[in-house]
Amino acid sequence: MSLTRRNALALGSAAFVVTLVPLHAFAASEKTMAVIKAFSGGAAVIDGGIDLTTPEIAENGNTVPVQFSAPGAKRVMILADGNPTPGVGTFNFGALGDASGSIRIRLAGTQDVVAIAEMADGSYVQVAKTVKVTIGGCGG
Amino acid sequence: MAKARVKAPKTAAAGELVTIKTLVNHKMESGRRKDGDGNFIPRKIINAFSATFGGESVVSATFEPAISTNPYFQFSFTVPSTGDLVMKWTDDDGSTVEKTKTITVA
Repeated sequence: MSLTRRNALALGSAAFVVTLVPLHAFAASEKTMAVIKAFSGGAAVIDGGIDLTTPEIAENGNTVPVQFSAPGAKRVMILADGNPTPGVGTFNFGALGDASGSIRIRLAGTQDVVAIAEMADGSYVQVAKTVKVTIGGCGG
Repeated sequence: MAKARVKAPKTAAAGELVTIKTLVNHKMESGRRKDGDGNFIPRKIINAFSATFGGESVVSATFEPAISTNPYFQFSFTVPSTGDLVMKWTDDDGSTVEKTKTITVA
């Protein structure tokens, strides 16, 4: 392939897209990865399948409303990636329970809130949302 | 010990999905705050919650210090028939709070 002007442009834009994509993927810290691994037992965790509602900007990190809904899930775990300890809560749903809930959580600063669910078929899914926090909520 | 407040419908249709709102007055001391002398204030939180309806599990949850002061938890479940919704919160010091709400299926 001769390097014409058109080819050069196409190559350049393709490379640009490739560099952009990893920025959108969720990259958890090592602590969080360890907790996710303990929850899933090392099974692969696929993105999507959970409805996670968080505010885009939280003025007060002491009470950040978080809502989750994972239809068909047996267990849901909520994590705060940037807190001193990532765990927030784990919810086990019984036969009657609808796999959804709403809680208020503390966030130390701007970070990703992650929801991981174990579905009825034993597969694992996760969703992460970034919350910008103006004033952190962990004291100190 | 903490005082729990629960908002639940008194009546429901069979098979209806009802939403329950719960709130407990509790400081949820995270164990990361310091007092005036720079010592950490020991952790004291509500670490577990469970709800059963007519003896069947609806939801059970474990809470970490990242749950806010006065923990609020909203959940939904399907009402099969008339019964009692029994909710229980467990504190770090072992004490528990229980609250029962009766939901009648007309």
